[in-house]
Amino acid sequence: MIIGDLKNTDEILDSIDDAKKVLVMGCRGCVTICQVGGEKEVALLASQLRIGDKARGRNREIIELTIERQCDAEFIEPILGKVKEVDKVLSLACGIGVQYVSDLGLPTPVVPGINTTFLGVNLDTGLWKERCQACGDCVLEITGGICPIARCSKSLLNGPCGGSADGKCEIDPDVECAWQLIHDRLKALGKLENIERVIPARSWATSRDGGPRTRIREDLRSISREEG
Amino acid sequence: MSDNGYKSGSNLEKIFAMGEFAVTGECGPPKGSDVSVVKKKAEHLKGYVDAVNVTDNQTAIVRMSSIAASKILLDMGLEPVMQMTCRDRNRIAIQSDVFGASALGIKNMLCLSGDHQKFGNHPGAKNVYCLDSIQLINTIKTLRDEGKVMCGDEVEGETKMFIGAAANPFGDPFEFRVSRLAKKVEAGVDFIQTQCIYNMDKFKRWMKEVVDRGLHEKCKIMAGITPLKSLGMARYMAKNVSGIEVPEEIIARMKAAPKGKKAEEGIKIAVEQIQEVREMEGVAGVHLMAIEWEAKVPEIIKAAGLYPRPSPSA
Ligand code: SF4
Ligand code: SF4
Repeated sequence: MIIGDLKNTDEILDSIDDAKKVLVMGCRGCVTICQVGGEKEVALLASQLRIGDKARGRNREIIELTIERQCDAEFIEPILGKVKEVDKVLSLACGIGVQYVSDLGLPTPVVPGINTTFLGVNLDTGLWKERCQACGDCVLEITGGICPIARCSKSLLNGPCGGSADGKCEIDPDVECAWQLIHDRLKALGKLENIERVIPARSWATSRDGGPRTRIREDLRSISREEG
Repeated sequence: MSDNGYKSGSNLEKIFAMGEFAVTGECGPPKGSDVSVVKKKAEHLKGYVDAVNVTDNQTAIVRMSSIAASKILLDMGLEPVMQMTCRDRNRIAIQSDVFGASALGIKNMLCLSGDHQKFGNHPGAKNVYCLDSIQLINTIKTLRDEGKVMCGDEVEGETKMFIGAAANPFGDPFEFRVSRLAKKVEAGVDFIQTQCIYNMDKFKRWMKEVVDRGLHEKCKIMAGITPLKSLGMARYMAKNVSGIEVPEEIIARMKAAPKGKKAEEGIKIAVEQIQEVREMEGVAGVHLMAIEWEAKVPEIIKAAGLYPRPSPSA
């Protein structure tokens, strides 16, 4: 899922300073699961903003609203009226949700309340780790299900580098060396041969390096055209 | 002039071809464009080593480029081993820089992953790693032997590089370290310089596996030696430098050396280490990294019985 982190309050306050009526908008997707932009967090942030406003002797309206998904027309359309009523939307969705609402062409500016950090997993209460960089050409089959692109600090395809020590990465004793993990997993699977030969240089064109990515599925598009 | 079947015709390559025990040194360029820093370090090394590694923004601290500093050495009559990391350049810049280096007369290079920028003076830099060190080796080999850039386009002129890489016998997982070396050999490496060795037993174990797999016949292995200046340095290396192991007995020796004699003890240890690796099957040379201590190189090389250096005839 997509993981995010709440921005600091000063930054948020600055970004909505000029608004007299603000809609704090949450999303029930990933950001709810990682507890940063769901209904609960929207309520908490909204009340913090109200308290902050009060302390500054400021009187403005802070409205709360959390929808199913901020990246989907189906859920946005019914609430367009609400968006039009405010001066600013403070979105607690990921960067995709923020842009989706922002791209609707409404006069209302949309600002982010969270930093979208990575694609990862929830390993324990309050602990998330990165797992994928959406590189567009998945190599997990070779590497025993452990991603060297997202989890090796140098995205090496022929690791481990010389900095791997005691299972940890040279950048931080709290970061696991992905290549130690890959080695151990492949060994357990009896598949060490996967990494005993040179893995040739890959094309990064499928990744963000190739420019913004668009996916077109003609099969789906033609069905939708036929259905009218 | 014919190249007599040499891959690069570098001095280092010729020394190996003569069957001589090779010696390389190291020179870290300055944090700016002060040429005198390079010259001063190089003067100490001149005549005592067969080639000098020129580091590429080591520990991710911005310094004079390794290509430029290598050219300064060339002009002084020293042979450079230009280091190149995968951290800062994509495949376009790498190949272009290698053409440039070759055009300037640089004939050896060392292909490295590079230290992560997190510890350098620009932790906010983008980390490139378009290639990894093994893919870099293969890229240079293809340039040299097939005259082609990665995409397959023909290159104009020759790119005669003697291709080196690093190996860390002390990195983890230990059991995969020789396999990783084998991958470098498969990719086309000509010589290897190891991480600095303090744990001789572990190095011996690694070297034995290297020899058992016949890898020493496919590339020249140079043992990395770094003389210890002080007890503090020994402790620092043991604790803070990832991939370096300093056994307790070395620390104890540095500790036992009387005040004012620690550096001398460090040099003594280095000389013994050189003599020890020289006896080992499969070790074809030493890479002496006297970090910010280049002035001691002549003394160490002489004490190790490696002076004068042979001069290969062209
Ligand atoms: S290889 Fe690419 S697609 Fe597969 S997990 Fe890693 S980043 Fe994601
Ligand atoms: S220590 Fe491991 S995870 Fe870190 S950069 Fe090296 S290979 Fe990658």
